[in-house]
Parts: sequence; structure tokens; C-alpha cells
Amino acid sequence: MYVYDEFDWTFLEQRVAEFRDQVRRRLAGELTEDEFKLLRLLNGVYLQLHAYMLRIGIPYGTLSSDQLRALAYVARRYDRGYGHFTTRQNIQFHWIKLEELPDAMEYLGRVRLHGIQTSGNSIRNITTDQWAGVTPEEIEDPRIWAELVRQHCTLHPEFSFLPRKFKIAITAAAHDRAAIKIHDIGLRLYRNAAGEAGFEVGVGGGLGRIPYLSQTIKRFLPKRDLLSYVEAILRVYNQYGRRDNIHKARIKILVHQIGVEKFAQEVEEEWQGIKDGPLALAPAAIAEIAARFRYPDYEKLDGNPDSLTSARLTDRAFATWFNSAVSRHKVPGYAIVTLSLKPEGGTPGDATAAQMEAVADLADRYSFGEIRVGHEQNLVLPHVRQRDLVELWHALDAIGVAVPNINLISDIIACPGLDYCSLANARSIPVAQEITRRFRDLDTARSLGRLHINISGCINACGHHHVGHIGILGVEKNGEEYYQVTIGGRADEKAELGTLIGPAVPYADVADVVEDIAAAYMELRQRPDELFIDAVKRLGVEPFRERVYAARQGG
Amino acid sequence: MTSPLEQKLKVKGPVVVTANRLRDGVVIYRTADAGWTTDLAAAVVVTTTPAAHELLKAAVADDVGAVQPYVAPVELTPDRGVLPGNLRERIRVGGPTIELPLSA
Amino acid sequence: MRLVKAGRIVEDRFVHWLDDVPVPEGAAVIVPHGRLAAEPDLLRRSAPTGVIWPNDRKVSDLAPYVDRLALIALVFPVFKDGRAFSQARILREQYRFAGELRATGQVLRDQFVFMLRAGFDTFEVTKDSDAAAFAETIRRYSIFYQPTGDGRHTALTARLNRAPVVAAPVRERTLQET
Repeated sequence: MYVYDEFDWTFLEQRVAEFRDQVRRRLAGELTEDEFKLLRLLNGVYLQLHAYMLRIGIPYGTLSSDQLRALAYVARRYDRGYGHFTTRQNIQFHWIKLEELPDAMEYLGRVRLHGIQTSGNSIRNITTDQWAGVTPEEIEDPRIWAELVRQHCTLHPEFSFLPRKFKIAITAAAHDRAAIKIHDIGLRLYRNAAGEAGFEVGVGGGLGRIPYLSQTIKRFLPKRDLLSYVEAILRVYNQYGRRDNIHKARIKILVHQIGVEKFAQEVEEEWQGIKDGPLALAPAAIAEIAARFRYPDYEKLDGNPDSLTSARLTDRAFATWFNSAVSRHKVPGYAIVTLSLKPEGGTPGDATAAQMEAVADLADRYSFGEIRVGHEQNLVLPHVRQRDLVELWHALDAIGVAVPNINLISDIIACPGLDYCSLANARSIPVAQEITRRFRDLDTARSLGRLHINISGCINACGHHHVGHIGILGVEKNGEEYYQVTIGGRADEKAELGTLIGPAVPYADVADVVEDIAAAYMELRQRPDELFIDAVKRLGVEPFRERVYAARQGG
Repeated sequence: MTSPLEQKLKVKGPVVVTANRLRDGVVIYRTADAGWTTDLAAAVVVTTTPAAHELLKAAVADDVGAVQPYVAPVELTPDRGVLPGNLRERIRVGGPTIELPLSA
Repeated sequence: MRLVKAGRIVEDRFVHWLDDVPVPEGAAVIVPHGRLAAEPDLLRRSAPTGVIWPNDRKVSDLAPYVDRLALIALVFPVFKDGRAFSQARILREQYRFAGELRATGQVLRDQFVFMLRAGFDTFEVTKDSDAAAFAETIRRYSIFYQPTGDGRHTALTARLNRAPVVAAPVRERTLQET
């Protein structure tokens, strides 16, 4: 976990004070809404259907237990007792009052939390693998780089008024849990043939009205050059990104418009002029930030203690949960535990204040006080001793976060949709809830295997539906809610955009359609372990389209 | 249910002007006396584009009273009075259509 | 609209000369970029000449003139159009423009700090109340994470030196009387 120093604290205090003054001026009529809107967006404050929504950034998805407790307090004191974890590792509160915001921000500021640049045409939360720092798969912890970029991009004087929002993600593992290919800048930290660690830099990924996967513009960027190269990309974008049409203003459009080679050239030209300037990262600068990342004082333990093995053999329920929620840790004797925020009939990604407080306590007890937030809207306890797993499981079960459905069909990713969001065309949460009810039988869900459903209530795609194995997009047709269904999308290192299977279906039919798709897969798969996503790749969309639409066309 | 932020003003039935209250974001409706109410039943209903335009203009000018006003359809019923005219407005009146999590 | 320089509201010694009427001898003028292109001799005058450079033209086109321009005015057509921030930094940091760099257009209080850091030293401030609050507004932040050409210490340099963070004076020339 990154530890703030006196500079970080001072900066945050000044930001909180500035926002308090901006709110005061707005309430007094000294600022019009037009002038204030961008300022409040720079602090993560949206106006939604029923109230203001506050989005608090959780840098690269890492939370301390005191931070999680503070979020619970804000949920109780300033909201309606719950919060929503998002697809960018942030948290949202849906019932905030503007006049109480400065106090809530100040409270959160005391635990190093804030909404700076979580919305607006700014550089957003730098996201990463929720297993960063603990997975054996990574070459090193990407969060140090995420922190360097985060600081560099915070209230950057040149890039605070970009053409549009800007999202950066970073991964350091071969299996990409950070979805870097759907980001404006995606950074892959890897070792080249010579064994040096550096970044592959992709640009121009993004979903929304016109989805694109990112394209590589730099195969290998030495660590020293990370900030200057990012600066060069942003400078090109800030100058040449479109400002006339909000739907064509992302960097993905610019890259597509001028071509990736030309874009890479523009960046290279700009970069050559600045790469040896003050942005070059000297080892001392990197070491300074790295030094303030504290890692747990792991005990020296044997892997796979007998107590664990025995429990897995004798306790069926525990074994089921273990297989679903527990992942390998790089330190022997430890494990990574995923907490499901996807109960049957629940709102994907929501947690009550009571749950947050309980998870914070469990983090203190079992995970060195640390929690992670994943973009798939689940939580993680990243440093659990294997010998504590049984005890932990009971505790997690008691607070409702131990449903063994991780990565299964009921582990749905969904935006808040029309129940909350003023941008939405249709609801997403009740659609997700119904699907979880249809697949409540976990044996069925397990037999379907890994199957990611993503639901968005509008084309802004906050649910990342384009990259869902099954993607569901809410649209409006003659005042009614309809849903377009895609299949075959994926967000990982083999990223793909999904393919539409046919005409949009009405609200009442969506869960049936998902059942039909699941049934088709079960019939058509070559072996039980051929994943849904692989079966779709092999078979194409046609067999699924037939199955879904045959019944619906009155045939 | 198309986001009203993109709507072109073309009034085809009874409408009201609605917005959110500046200080707390609560849903409000424009009244006949150039004020705001949280009760849809007390909102002024107009039926022509020019009238809606006037109402909206005045609402937009009240930058401290309300945020992001827009024209929203309503349904006039003989027995139940003024009802929200589409799903979005029903949700704004009634709240989310799902059960909110109950915190212990 | 008020002109702010060195934290105070000042009289503008330049005149915006927007039409085709000949530029008077001895007058400090700011001309549109088209005028400059048509009459490059304007730069040979002894009186100061400034240019308004639109935010959708490459500042590299100005590079040949930076040594002879007394002032460059960049434009924020609306405050959320941030292209002039990049233009400002390129002019200061890459072309080493040392004259007056003026922010024009919709210039509001909440952009002052960003503008100063990007290299602007004078501001045609849209609202009088914002102009009056300039000095107070720029004191909002004493910590900056990223280096720009303004010479302020960043958090990083402070960390590496563990020196007390002192807000470096804004580039000296703006504190001088003209």
C-alpha cells in the first residue's frame, strides 16, 4: 500500500479546501451551473436521476481497512447505507447532497480518499490487476508505476481540459485482469528478450458508441521513459483530439482517423523533444515512490497446510467455495481470496455499510488490513494465510460474500442503469437480478463454467458490454426497454469485441435469451471443459442466433 | 427514455418542466408561480411547444433553484391526476425499481 | 474584462488591433495571425507587437517569430477547451518564448493556477470578481506533482532533497514593472 507523505497530504487538503469554496460559490449563485459542472465533475460529482452521485477513486483498486471503514461511514452518514463498486475499481454513492459534499470530502480526505478526476474530461483512475503485488504471474508489482502515473496526472496543468475522458490501465501479468486493451492508454509491463523490464504501450482502446481495441504504438518502452512518453501521447491528443463532437472526441477516434502509424509518429516526434528532460525517471525517483509502498511482513509458512487439505476433502461446501474464490499467492502458505458481491437477486457490485465494516475487520484480522477492488465489481482479500481460510470462509459466508460464483454466469458485471443514471436508456440491475435467479443453481452455473455477462444500460458502456462473453445493451424503442445481445467479447489479453446475435429483445425476454444461449452452448460444446468463449470462437454466432431467434420469430 | 439532455423540444402532449434541486439533488417540478415543488401533482402542466419553451427558459434562468431542467412528458388521468409520462419519470418519482440494500 | 498581471489588475499597454487600418507608429498592438502573416514587417517596428494565435493552429508556425514578438495571446474559446495549455508549454519550453504570454477568451478563476503553471503571465479575465480574486486564488496550491517550465519545485524534487517546499516565485519577469 502506498503511504502518503507530507506533500500528498498538503495537496489533498488544498484540493478539499478548493472544492469547499467552489461549492460555496455555486450555492451562493456566484458560479453558474455551466461553470460549476466541470469543476464538480473534476471531483467526481455527477447529477443523476434522483440525487447527486459521488464517485470516489480507489487508486489501482487498493484499499486499506481504515479507508473501507471511512467509506462505510460516508454511506451511513451521507448516503443510504450502501455503496456501489464500479468497473474502474472505484466506488459510487448514489444519494449525495451537494451541500454536504465538502464535509464528506473532508472526512474521506483524512484517509487519503477523494474524487479527484474520477469524472469529467480528465485523466481518470489508473486501474490495474486486482491481484497486483501478490499474484505469482506478474513480473513485478505494476502499482508502483500506476502511482507514478497517478501523481503525474493529478491536476496536471496542461491536461485538465482534454477533449474527453482519458483512461489508463496497466498490467504486469501475461493474463490481463486489467482489460488494458479497452483503455485509452494500456500499459503492459513485461520482460523483453534481453530480460529487461519495460512497457508495451497501446493507445486508442475504448468502448461506448464506437468501440475500439487499443493498438500498440511502442513495443518496448524503458521504465525511465514512462512519464515522458505518456506526456507526449497526452500532448498530441490534447491538441488534435476533436472538440466539435462529444461522440468523436476520444483518442480512439483520433488514432483511427489519422492511422496508428501516423499517430505513433506524432507521438515519437513530440517525445524525442522531451524524453531527456525533467520527466526522465531517474532510479532515485522510482526508488522514492517504491519505498513508500509497504508490503506485509509475511510469515515463513509451508504451502498447503494439512488442515487446509483436510478441510477441502471433508467439507464439501468449503471445497466448493475454495475452488471458486481462492487463488494462488506468490508467497508460500498464503492465498488470494475473492469476495463475491453478486448474490442471487442482488445488485452487482453493491455492498452495505455493514458489509464494508465487516470486510474491513476481516481484512485487519486475515489480510494485513488490505482489500482490493476488481473491475469485475468484486472485492479481494489479497494476503490470507491458507490455514485461516476455513475460519475466514465462515465469516464471509455470514456476511453474504461467499457465494461460490466467481467468474460464473451469475457473476455479472452491470452498470447502475436507468434505476439511477440520467444517461441510461434502460435498466440493467433488474435484468442482472433475474439472470441470477434463473441460474441460482450453482451446479448448473458450475457446469457452464467461466462465463462473463456484462450489462450496460446505455451506449456509454460503463458495464463493458462490448467485451462480455455475453454482452447486453439496453436501448429504447418506442418508449419501451429493449436489449441488444452480443456474444464472443472478451476483455483479457485475447480481447475481442462481441458480435450482435440479432434484433433487440424486450425487457421480459432477456433472461430467456440468456438461458437459450447457455442451452445452445451446452449442446454444442465439444467437451465439458471447452469454455463458452472458446465454443463461440469455434462455432461463430450463427448457431446461437438460430437458437435464440427461431422461437421468437413465431417459427 | 432517450436522455432528455439530447432532446429537441417538440411537445406532443401534456408536459411539465422538471429538474433537480441544487443543494441536494432532489427531483423537483416547475410550478405555475415560477417556483419549484417536489410534488408532481402541484406542477404546472402545459400542452404546447411555445408554452413549454417559455416554462423551460424561465426554469433554466433559475440557476440557483434548480439544476439541468428539461421538459418531461406526463399523463393526465381523470382519477389519479398527473402521472409521470414514461419510465424514466416514473423512476424519478418512485425511486429505483429495485429494492435498495438494507444496511444493518 | 480585466487584465491581470503579476497578481494585480493592471492597465493594458497593448491595444487589440483587429481591422485592416494601418498600425500606428509607436503603439503596442496585438494583431490577428492573418495580419502578421500578411505584414511580417510589423515585427520590425520598434514598438512592441503581439499576435493572437488561434488554438487550432500549430504553434510551430510561430517559431520563426518568437524572438521578435513581444506578446503572444492564446485563446480559450470556452474554458473547457484546453488546447492553449499545450500551446503555451510548447512556446515556453520548446521555443523558449520569453515575451508576454497572455490568456484570452473565457478565462475563469478555476483555471488560473493551471494557466500560470503552463507559462501564461497575463490574463484577460472574463469576470471582474475573478480578476480581483487572482492573488488569493493562486495561493490555493503549494504542492505540484508535475514539472512544467514555471520553475516551481515539484513534490518529487522536494522529496529527493527533502527540502522544505517553498513555492518558487513565478518566472521573474512578471514581477518586474514594465
